[in-house]
Amino acid sequence: MARVRVQEAPFDVAAELAALTAGRTDVGGIGLFVGTVRDSAGGRTVAAMTLEHYPGMTERALAAIVAEAQARWPLIGCTVIHRVGRLTPGEGIVLVATASAHRQAALDATAFLIDWLKTRAPFWKHEEFADGGGQWVAARDEDDAAAARWVR
Amino acid sequence: MRVLYFAWLRQKIGLAEEEVVLPESVRDVASLIDFLAARSPGHAEAFANRAVVRCAVNQDFAGPDAPVRAGDEVAFFPPVTGG
Repeated sequence: MARVRVQEAPFDVAAELAALTAGRTDVGGIGLFVGTVRDSAGGRTVAAMTLEHYPGMTERALAAIVAEAQARWPLIGCTVIHRVGRLTPGEGIVLVATASAHRQAALDATAFLIDWLKTRAPFWKHEEFADGGGQWVAARDEDDAAAARWVR
Repeated sequence: MRVLYFAWLRQKIGLAEEEVVLPESVRDVASLIDFLAARSPGHAEAFANRAVVRCAVNQDFAGPDAPVRAGDEVAFFPPVTGG
């Protein structure tokens, strides 16, 4: 079972993990990744970050990414939550959690999901700096390389 | 055709979306960009460096050779930076 959400509200990691495995006793391992807003970028202090997305395509892209993970690994549960709107340092941006009978599937599926999400889901980050001004975050080559290792 | 713009393309163009009537010359994403870039100085600036512009046709990623037609929803945006 997969749960995918795009929301402005914060997420509760403990509540999401509880929901991921509710009623299941066949789970042997849970993989979890939480991305958070960092307070610096390129030596400048980040005051806030605004996440923009493409409503409609976002949900389609996330569903496709989750379906691919489910095809590759024997997942018992899978949760992907991505926040949009204006966030401040320390806040959670994205949560990816997977449950499986064994740890390797859960850990690998979690890494796959966040790597593919970063390069295939239509979200864009805009940083506001404490000293004024702002900029759109540029895509990183490292993210493409991380996603490429899952291509087959 | 409904055309959507996101992130800095939206800011440079000054529109989140617009309806455009396609001339016959527009058959694919590349020729659509040629057409859109001529609509205003903001459009021209947004499409000045096509290497940093990505496209989706009907909410699926599409390359410059992908065909487009009148009823499509086409979006232009920078490389994605979520997660």
